[in-house]
Amino acid sequence: MLIDRKSRFLTREEMIGFAILAVVIFLVLPLALDTFRLNLFGKYLTYAFVAVGLVLCWGAGGILSLGQGVFFGLGGYGMAMFLKLEASTPEATAIQSTPGIPDFMDWNQLTALPWWWEPFHSLAFTMIAVVIVPVAVAFIIGVAMFRRRVGGVYFAIITQALAAILTILIIGQQGFTGGLNGITDLRTLKGWDIRSDEAKEILYFVNGALLFACLFVAQYVRRSKLGRLLIAMRDQEDRVRFSGYDVASFKVFVFCLGAAFAGIGGAMFTLQVGFMSPTLVGIVPSIEMVIFAAVGGRLSIIGAVYGTLLVNWAKTTFSESFPELWLFGLGALFIAVVMAFPNGLAGLWSEQIMPRLRKRTGGGNGAPASPAPVAGLSEVRKAAAE
Amino acid sequence: MTNVNPNFVLMVEDLTVSFDGFKAVNGLSFEVEPNECRVMIGPNGAGKTTVLDLICGRTRATSGSVRFKGKELLTMREDQIVLAGVGRKFQTPSVYEDLSVFENLELSYPRGHSVFGSLFFRRDAEVKTRIAEIAETIFLADLLDEKAAFLSHGQKQWLEIGMLLIQDPELLMLDEPVAGMSVAERKKTAELLNRIIDHRSVIVIEHDMGFVEDIATRVTVLHQGQTLSEGSMERVKNDPKVIEVYLGH
Amino acid sequence: MFADYSMGELTAIFAMQGFAGLILFSIFVLMALGLAIIFGQMGVINMAHGEFLILGAYVTYITSHVFQDVMPGLFSIYFFVAMILAFIASGALGMFVEWALIRHLYKRPLDTLLATWGLSLILQQAYRSIFGAREVGVTIPDWMMGSVYLTDMIEVPINGLFVMGLTVIIFAAVGALMFRSTWGRSMRAVVQNRTMAEGVGIDSEKIDRLTFGLGCGIAGVAGSAFTMIGSTGPTAGQQYIVDTFLVVVFGGAGSLLGLVASAFSISQAQSILEFFLSGSMAKVLTLLAVVGILMLRPQGLFTLKLRK
Repeated sequence: MLIDRKSRFLTREEMIGFAILAVVIFLVLPLALDTFRLNLFGKYLTYAFVAVGLVLCWGAGGILSLGQGVFFGLGGYGMAMFLKLEASTPEATAIQSTPGIPDFMDWNQLTALPWWWEPFHSLAFTMIAVVIVPVAVAFIIGVAMFRRRVGGVYFAIITQALAAILTILIIGQQGFTGGLNGITDLRTLKGWDIRSDEAKEILYFVNGALLFACLFVAQYVRRSKLGRLLIAMRDQEDRVRFSGYDVASFKVFVFCLGAAFAGIGGAMFTLQVGFMSPTLVGIVPSIEMVIFAAVGGRLSIIGAVYGTLLVNWAKTTFSESFPELWLFGLGALFIAVVMAFPNGLAGLWSEQIMPRLRKRTGGGNGAPASPAPVAGLSEVRKAAAE
Repeated sequence: MTNVNPNFVLMVEDLTVSFDGFKAVNGLSFEVEPNECRVMIGPNGAGKTTVLDLICGRTRATSGSVRFKGKELLTMREDQIVLAGVGRKFQTPSVYEDLSVFENLELSYPRGHSVFGSLFFRRDAEVKTRIAEIAETIFLADLLDEKAAFLSHGQKQWLEIGMLLIQDPELLMLDEPVAGMSVAERKKTAELLNRIIDHRSVIVIEHDMGFVEDIATRVTVLHQGQTLSEGSMERVKNDPKVIEVYLGH
Repeated sequence: MFADYSMGELTAIFAMQGFAGLILFSIFVLMALGLAIIFGQMGVINMAHGEFLILGAYVTYITSHVFQDVMPGLFSIYFFVAMILAFIASGALGMFVEWALIRHLYKRPLDTLLATWGLSLILQQAYRSIFGAREVGVTIPDWMMGSVYLTDMIEVPINGLFVMGLTVIIFAAVGALMFRSTWGRSMRAVVQNRTMAEGVGIDSEKIDRLTFGLGCGIAGVAGSAFTMIGSTGPTAGQQYIVDTFLVVVFGGAGSLLGLVASAFSISQAQSILEFFLSGSMAKVLTLLAVVGILMLRPQGLFTLKLRK
């Protein structure tokens, strides 16, 4: 009597979407680009980790964080600390007044490694820390804010303030953090030269694989009852409470998950780009990461990846040739994506392109016909991952 | 006043809430027995909805005590109160418009309410059968895959009642369940309510006197946050105080 | 840490740092006033608020040059003209932005935030294209130069005093406007109950536009005052936006008294800490304290019971 209502992990359309993205990331880009450009796209993809987390927090859960750079930075700095320590052997730093500590510490008259740097000698510790530290910070912020039912613009402002605070702190404490320049001159990972072309290509694929792992986790969350709860919470928080759910703990969870993704992205950024600096932590990068997700479509995890690639590619292209125009363009993009395309690329795809494709192929692709498009936002959610 | 009768499902004692000095509910006490259907009536602003809000934790009481099966509710969070067995239907239909009827019911199914419980929640045969059963009861069996946004006002009310049913609360609180319905819907709803209030305690706020007479075990008349009269419908109807307040000067 | 200073020196330090804090306090109040109206009353997050401020500063810069070149005899009073022009320019731009952008987004506060951020990027680049990336300063009229010596160890700069005086006047004017004028009554009516206000014949769209314009205009005046104590660059506005939002939120959005209290405590904490710690640590600690308090008391210091 009832239609089979299995909560499938991927619908047919989503499967195709994932497959196409995999082809783009693992085949098209590596074949079409030289190592330098590929590395550049690898860098863009590290931002996509953040954007995917934002789709969960903001698109699904209605929690807009303007401080995702904090988590990206914590992950990135964790990895950078490990790499810096490996690059600062007593032999390599023999000319310093205190050999064996990172160069910027020596320049700032530090004579010993701060205690909290010590554990970053261990790769295993570092790999755990790049996820756990952002999650722990997100947990504290999340519990404090969501338990007191702070949300919406207040949450956005507070997270933005945190991004500002961390930036000022990193720049101010240059003896411990490398200051404005960040942690630079990173060379090897367990003896493996990460600056070689070969390493850059391998890291690109590692990064792609990790991104897909995060995408699958995100997809699982969206498909689970928790995913439906997030949508329910975004629209009617009170009702969810009276269905017997502790709303705050769900928000904390999804915020922490977003932070974990961002931390991994940050660590991969450091590995591929070879440095980490406060310019990737502060207010401006944090809010730019929101625009990546918005351009891709705030409800679509795959859209977030395309959005990230597109905006960053445009940024690189425009700021190379018309640096003046880029900020106008980016500003206009913020306005346009809010005023004209609230569902971003994914919205364009599912509202404009897909229906036309269907018409042309006579609608015979097996996908269930969706009900008449009403509320723009809710429609996309179904076909979201395209 | 403080004789704790374990047979009461709900004991409200000296419940008071004040908003900036205005006492919306003032020293209210009453008990609800198992399987009792208590109807609350009273003029607008008497504090009826506020009483329900206080019991389910939506509004924090200034003083007093609300005990559900001996457990103090006033210190509990809303979701804990729900999980303890108190269900609440709001005055305006509140369902998840972006989710399907099936998903709406599924979210109220009493399993997987923690973060990880919901993350690993499985839609097994038991869940599906139960949802199908409930959908049958609330006249929505054919609309399980419809988005709740497309339902009519009456259907939304039924869906919300269904969401409460699947929760299977011991104490059910309904705020004007037949308000804003067509005559046909009203009749169907009354039938539905009569069926579901059978094996549980219920508190209903309602203005429709015919409906009240039909279902009420006892009636409480609220006036300015206090009990004006309490007892059977017959008794309350003939209480001169009630007549004065309702008919006025 | 106090051992190196004598009692008299310490007093002087505290007095002077306190005064520096008072100037910072004035800036905070001036910046936050406009925001308190826009965010506190309308609930709109305007991320481009800093750019409206900078517009006022650039208008002052232009005015000073026009006076220098065209009517040097009147140079000593150019600032007052500039302030009025800054109010008009920022206010007009604000009303235009409300019409073109904000009014479409009243029900989507998070989207307003993103759109106004986009606006701030566009304005920043516009300033950069027109005035160059370098910071510009204005020539301060002679009468505003120099210092007043309160004791032989405590000196206070006149321009600082002037800005403080200006703050008091503007604050009083805004307070009077909000609580004494017809517009203020209408605005508060719209905030409290839009439908009802419309019902009694208030044109709520016009009130929205005027309110937003006024908030931006005040930002412009603040920017104008800003030039008396610092230079102006295209991105100067962005540097203050976080502090300003925190001041407003910390004070409890919607309360003018809260705004003063919060601006005062934040600025004093920061400037006194600045003497003993590095500037950046003073700022970090102050902001962290504010964020920490906001986490414990999200409604801010002073607040009316907010209805949902």
